[in-house]
Amino acid sequence: MADEKATPLLDELEKGPYPSFVREIKLAAKNNKMAAGVLHQLEKSYRDKIGYWKHGGIVGVMGYGGGVIGRYSALPDDFPEVAHFHTLRVNQPAGWFYTADVLRKICDMWDKHGSGLTNMHGSTGDMVLLGTRTEELESVFGELTKMGFDLGGSGSDVRTPSCCVGPARCEWACFDTLKTCYEITQHYQDELHRPAFPYKYKFKFAGCANDCVAAIARSDMSFIGTWKDDIQQDDEEIKNYAKAGLDIQSDVVENCPGKCMTWDPDNMKLTIDNSYCLKCMHCINVLPKALRPGKQRGVTILLGAKAPIVEGALLSSVLIPFYDIDNEGLDDLFELVEDGIWDVWTENGKNRERVGEFIQRVGMGNFLESIGLEPDPHMISHPRDNPYIFFDQEDEEEEA
Amino acid sequence: MTERLTDIGPPHYEKFLPPVVKENYGKWKYHEILKPGVMVHVSESGAKLFTVRMASPRLLATDTIRWIADLAEKYCGGYLRWTSRNNVEFLLTDESNIDPLIGEIKKNGFIIGGMGNSISNIVHTQGWVHCHSSATDASGIVKAVMDDLSQHFENMDLPGKLRIALACCLNMCGAVHCSDIAILGTHQRPPRIEHDTLDKFCEIPNVVSACPTAAIRPATVDGKPSVEVLEENCMYCGNCYTVCPSMPLNNAETDGISIWVGGKVSDARSIPKFSKLAIPFIPNNPPRWPEVVEAVHNIVDVWAKNAKKYERMGDWIERIGWPEFFRLTGIEFTKYHIDDFKHAGLSFKRTAQMRHLPEE
Repeated sequence: MADEKATPLLDELEKGPYPSFVREIKLAAKNNKMAAGVLHQLEKSYRDKIGYWKHGGIVGVMGYGGGVIGRYSALPDDFPEVAHFHTLRVNQPAGWFYTADVLRKICDMWDKHGSGLTNMHGSTGDMVLLGTRTEELESVFGELTKMGFDLGGSGSDVRTPSCCVGPARCEWACFDTLKTCYEITQHYQDELHRPAFPYKYKFKFAGCANDCVAAIARSDMSFIGTWKDDIQQDDEEIKNYAKAGLDIQSDVVENCPGKCMTWDPDNMKLTIDNSYCLKCMHCINVLPKALRPGKQRGVTILLGAKAPIVEGALLSSVLIPFYDIDNEGLDDLFELVEDGIWDVWTENGKNRERVGEFIQRVGMGNFLESIGLEPDPHMISHPRDNPYIFFDQEDEEEEA
Repeated sequence: MTERLTDIGPPHYEKFLPPVVKENYGKWKYHEILKPGVMVHVSESGAKLFTVRMASPRLLATDTIRWIADLAEKYCGGYLRWTSRNNVEFLLTDESNIDPLIGEIKKNGFIIGGMGNSISNIVHTQGWVHCHSSATDASGIVKAVMDDLSQHFENMDLPGKLRIALACCLNMCGAVHCSDIAILGTHQRPPRIEHDTLDKFCEIPNVVSACPTAAIRPATVDGKPSVEVLEENCMYCGNCYTVCPSMPLNNAETDGISIWVGGKVSDARSIPKFSKLAIPFIPNNPPRWPEVVEAVHNIVDVWAKNAKKYERMGDWIERIGWPEFFRLTGIEFTKYHIDDFKHAGLSFKRTAQMRHLPEE
């Protein structure tokens, strides 16, 4: 008779140089029955090659429609410790900065009320507290808010916004990603906690086009830092890179997508025609001591990225080519989002239709008109190449 | 009874910024990678901030977080952060603390790296640890693949950055669709319809409209309202299951993995792009998925050997052409590689420009 507590398959994943999640589950399981339940149910999954979690139910904390993912074991008789195994999404501090002190407090709370297992962090950016029982949810929420934390989003609501490290530790941040992320998160607390949209709406803030938070691929509304004026250039530092052996011609100039650079090796002089610079970041990435983004900084705002469900994956596309967000502030943006984008999308969007899919269905031209934005050639990679144009009939009559 | 707080939002980030960050916020001038996993940021004021980046399996026990907090207390004045790829970053002002910190990290079985031209952590989803719709596990494959590739995490020995991501079904909670290599849990069979419960748990019009290929119709089965699936139109996306628990797709015999290559999110050099299909299906083989590890290893090796400096997977493939990618990697090209969803024709080759191998 096999030892019911043995985990020979998972034990294999404690071996090898990379840190092991099995070690983590076993560590939590020493003092926590829920973690032990996960361990043994997971071993069965590894044996049977299938997951044993049931479709979530509706659970949550009072007054909120999101932030808790209901989860139940499909085998509660075999694994009663994880009969309930609900997840809480906890809105992370902008930039994922913590102090040792606050982490310990959260850990103590979670050992008392949950599985002792976490994800640092979930895909959208939340701190994920993995697994607790329905009757513990209010206690967890109460202790979290006492510590100054709140739940993140889930379902058809504003999902927890996230941002890169930004000006806190990056010289390339073209706007204050942390401040923008924090202020937008605070402004949309109601929309974040009470789902009222056709589907989810994600915000992500990347300080430059390196896009360390994958804003353009993963957020309905993507903010990507950029600049308008010339790249700041330190010719002495460029010489130092060249003298140190860096091949400026092949490593920098030939990789420039704007083809706006020339290198004079005799005089060790890099010349940039900034009017053709695409702000791609490559030359700055390679020569961080010598080149920096310009001084006239702001954001490009793009709309519509999503994963495949339902109608296929999309990348965000340009909505506002340039906005001086640090100086002009957020009020105009709030108005555009609330009275423009959300108004049109919530009114006309189908169930589970992301804003990117909605735009594909109704047409970008119509969408821009309905939210009151002028079309701009920065919004397209090329004009339409088919002649099936829906001309505006009223206009035609007026002209006739 | 104390007042029940709601809608307070996250704590203000300033509470968690180390003093050196507060003093130099927005004033950083440049940074340098000093060695794998260690970099320094230098401020206009001359202040220096050292960062040590540690890999994490993302799934962490509270005891490990306490250990991380203790290290931050001992070496970093109690401050630290996580990255968007689930690495831990220790933030130091005293350079002499770097090596002792790294020593303690390694002693506890964790590794340092993930900077510059290396592989960073694999972002991934929940898999069998927590998800109801997963076609595979997430953490186990990540562990096996990273055990195999960890030398590229600990050394900056690749031509460019390598971003691998894993999602355990095509819901893609991990939004893996713009990664150099995406490992994707894949179902191969239509949902099973549990007619006994469907009318009780699901709203039939919602279920019908959830299907992107209109493969679901209302039907009466044994006198009960239910649905039927036109199986030849189903591409196993699972959207019906998301709105209706009575239509599960999970199948121990036929679930597995597909592998996608050449995506990126950064604008550096070339614009962001989706990952494209490399391998349509590999069966699940826990605990270590050796066929997946081998397939990823092969793709990484061929890219690392052939790409130019800074050339990401997708840029390299675009330069050499897809026929050459399939030839060099030895991956079989099949009918499944040719898109047949919306806008499929845009991915057909509409030019006679191509390279031919004289031998073929």
